[in-house]
Amino acid sequence: MLRLHSYVYHRPANLEEAVALLTEHAGDVLPIAGGTDLVPNMKHRLFTPGHLVALRGLRELKGISDADGLIRLGAAESLASIAADPLIKEVLPSLAEACGDISGPQLRRMGTIGGNVCLDTRCTYYNQTFFWRQALGFCLKKDGDDCHVVKGGTRCVAAHSADAATALMTLDASLELAGPGGRRSLPIEQFFTSDGVWNRRMDAAEILVAIHVPRPAPGSRFSFQKLRIRNSIDFPLVNLAAACRLDADGKVESLRMVASGMGAYPRKIGKIEDAARGNRLEDAVIETIAHETFRQSRPLDNIPVDKDWRRAMVPVLARRALEAMAG
Amino acid sequence: MKQILELRVNGDRHEVGVPTHFTLLETLRYVLGLTGSKQGCDKGDCGACTVIVDGEAVLSCIMPVQEAEGREVRTVEGIAGRRGAHPLQKAFDLTGAAQCGFCTPGILCSALALLEVNPQADRDEIARALSGNLCRCTGYTKIFEAVLLAGQAMSSGREPAEIIGEP
Repeated sequence: MLRLHSYVYHRPANLEEAVALLTEHAGDVLPIAGGTDLVPNMKHRLFTPGHLVALRGLRELKGISDADGLIRLGAAESLASIAADPLIKEVLPSLAEACGDISGPQLRRMGTIGGNVCLDTRCTYYNQTFFWRQALGFCLKKDGDDCHVVKGGTRCVAAHSADAATALMTLDASLELAGPGGRRSLPIEQFFTSDGVWNRRMDAAEILVAIHVPRPAPGSRFSFQKLRIRNSIDFPLVNLAAACRLDADGKVESLRMVASGMGAYPRKIGKIEDAARGNRLEDAVIETIAHETFRQSRPLDNIPVDKDWRRAMVPVLARRALEAMAG
Repeated sequence: MKQILELRVNGDRHEVGVPTHFTLLETLRYVLGLTGSKQGCDKGDCGACTVIVDGEAVLSCIMPVQEAEGREVRTVEGIAGRRGAHPLQKAFDLTGAAQCGFCTPGILCSALALLEVNPQADRDEIARALSGNLCRCTGYTKIFEAVLLAGQAMSSGREPAEIIGEP
């Protein structure tokens, strides 16, 4: 049995009220949407805010729409509704797939796309009960000074494990944030930092309102791959999203790959576009790119399962993604 | 600190005084006395706490009770009708789909939410709908059989026993 600490639960009527509540209780408040990550984390005493501000009922955070070549995903739309949406399935299939494979079905009906983008980083030494963490003298990310993953480390290396965020990184997505100073837009590529303690460039009083994704150009292809222990419930051990554009002859015009589940942020794989551009996605090209994903991946023992095996699986996911896009 | 909330559970309206930090599961079990929904992992992994909220199977152990306000909650206690067990429950009985029974209330809720929308769900759809419910006794085979049988019963209006030729 895991009890929650005592808090006041606010249900603001609109976005303005929500931002005002976050500002008023600064330092002792957190927003809650689906609660699927936050509630377990609070049960583990990783967060103990005196106030929670519910985002689920906010109209401004709802809806999936398509206007002027831009698809808008309300941040409080559930992962299940994104995964089942006909437009998303047709136009952004890698995102639909990523959302449709997060955790298990009950959790996808509660958890939101915005929550997935803002997901806290995870670590074997962090996502544990207070009792468990206390027995080890706590850790760098919460309540302690030592890192148990990198001995003597001074920088938290907890893993980014959000599948939808990884897919959005390949889709030119931008985030619409609302805060006390008004609204701002931030490309998702600039959203994450390498600090495992708090890996988002977002103020505590800000709320993610929506995610905007440009409608992909004709000839675009996508793939999302992930590895986990069981094909339900579990977090990814590594994941990989890919997007490419092929010309009429099947030759690559652009290619993008992002892998996560290793460090504190979803990592763009560099140097692959040159190898791919102008070529068909055939064996030799696929092998070169897969090898590059391996070279650039450095999983750590921050989440369960051997890091060397996880690293060896990155090119396997890359191959699967490239073959799926070529086919 | 307590808060007065109005909840609708299994068709009954309840006005309850509940600690503000209670989950829906804690409220069902410790305030309303509905102990059918189980407290397993208590952090959203195992599915033993699954209940149906507005027609969708969700996890009550990680749902703040306030989120259930104004919505229709159904638990395992509300599955049987006035005339006795629901076809789904009869199918679980007939096929031996429950062993220790701890996961059963959650599985019944996940399965019922599926069958009410899609009584003709095939084995793959059933497996996917139940993929958030852990059972540590069986290999799920009899559970899938039970849900398939219940689906047949619900779409044909026949008794599960009649379908499999039991007396």
